[in-house]
Amino acid sequence: MSASAPTLASAARALMLRDLRLLWRRRGDALQPALFAVLVVTLFALALGGEADALAGVAGAVLWLAVLLAGLLALDTLFRGDAEDGSLEQWMLAPVPLGWLVAVRTFMHWATTALPLLVATPFLAELMHLPRGQLPVLMASLALGTPLLSLLGAVVAALTVGMRRSGILVALLALPLYVPVLVFGAGSVTASAQGLDPVGALLLLGAGLVVALVLAPLAAAAAIRIALN
Amino acid sequence: MTPPDRPAPPLLQARGLRFARNDEPVFGPLDFSVDAGEALLVQGDNGAGKTTLLRVLAGLLRADGGEIDIDGERTHAARRARAIAYLGHLPGLKADLSALENLDFLCGLQGRRRAQLPGHAMAIVGLSGYEDALARQLSAGQKKRLSLARLWLSPAPLWLLDEPYANLDLTGIELVNRMVQAHLRSGGAALVTTHGAYAAPPVRTRLLVMQRPGLEAAA
Repeated sequence: MSASAPTLASAARALMLRDLRLLWRRRGDALQPALFAVLVVTLFALALGGEADALAGVAGAVLWLAVLLAGLLALDTLFRGDAEDGSLEQWMLAPVPLGWLVAVRTFMHWATTALPLLVATPFLAELMHLPRGQLPVLMASLALGTPLLSLLGAVVAALTVGMRRSGILVALLALPLYVPVLVFGAGSVTASAQGLDPVGALLLLGAGLVVALVLAPLAAAAAIRIALN
Repeated sequence: MTPPDRPAPPLLQARGLRFARNDEPVFGPLDFSVDAGEALLVQGDNGAGKTTLLRVLAGLLRADGGEIDIDGERTHAARRARAIAYLGHLPGLKADLSALENLDFLCGLQGRRRAQLPGHAMAIVGLSGYEDALARQLSAGQKKRLSLARLWLSPAPLWLLDEPYANLDLTGIELVNRMVQAHLRSGGAALVTTHGAYAAPPVRTRLLVMQRPGLEAAA
């Protein structure tokens, strides 16, 4: 039978196109994580009294925390919708590996939830009076750290996808995995504020990202197969 | 040319296939085979394990024992995906995408017969004019028809149809029968579950009657 079997690239393209279309249809929802992070940062700035010196000291940690919490907020939407309407079943029946589709979906989720935050970070940093010299370190740590958070989150989201309402469980499972990322991410900014070399922390984040890139999609795919049993 | 004394292996053959949930047998051991150009009608009461059997065959569930051969070759779940198209209870449609966008995505994911176009398939299942309707606006029967269009586009030779007649009107039931007939004529095969209330497609049919665990009989 003459047929066009999907290749890895064509399946990824189809999935990306679908996610972009869905994002456009629900563009109000898409802004949620970014608005949440703006809210957190603004409230921190207000609570700390708006003094430039007080804010500058904690700016790196607050920005990292805001991004992490916003990502956690969006985590449950990663696979839940696709599990409920049966899309995940069709993914599992596709002739391409489930791990690949999970990786593509996680990338799109990162690109639509974390990437807007990365773009907004310089403005939020200004709001928090982050010293300009620390901004490149902050951006670098977020650029390495947010994909790592998304990949770790994908495993947790996949584990809980079989549950009707996972609620707080996702957060409880994800937080211990997020802690090292937060420590090294925020730590790199603190180190550069103290005049130390932040490269070590950034390299560790990069190493974590490489390991997660290889292992997390496989783990998440296995978790989805178990959860949908 | 294949020598006449060696007939072609069946498209799908299951030997000693069984599945248990929490040590409680759901079905099996089952032995059956389906040749190209044949339909296997899986009949049984509610809870007899029809859906579970189809999910095991599709590779969504892992069998607890037994073998599944496709075209005479032992396969594991991941390899079977290429040969199998599955129509389950969940349509797998995104509510916020239009009918045609849904079809485009599923074709991109699962492949498509070269000669067939999504728009054409929608006309075959009686959905022309609904291309731009959002999936959330379609009725249950129309969603089923859209899933049938996906099946029609799929390059897989083996169709697993779980209650394909559910939610369909009389012309829809007629449509399923005609589609199965055409698919079988072109060398495919189909497994159709039904609880017996509907007319079977007028094709060469084998029957597999499933009962609650322990009492399976294959004819």
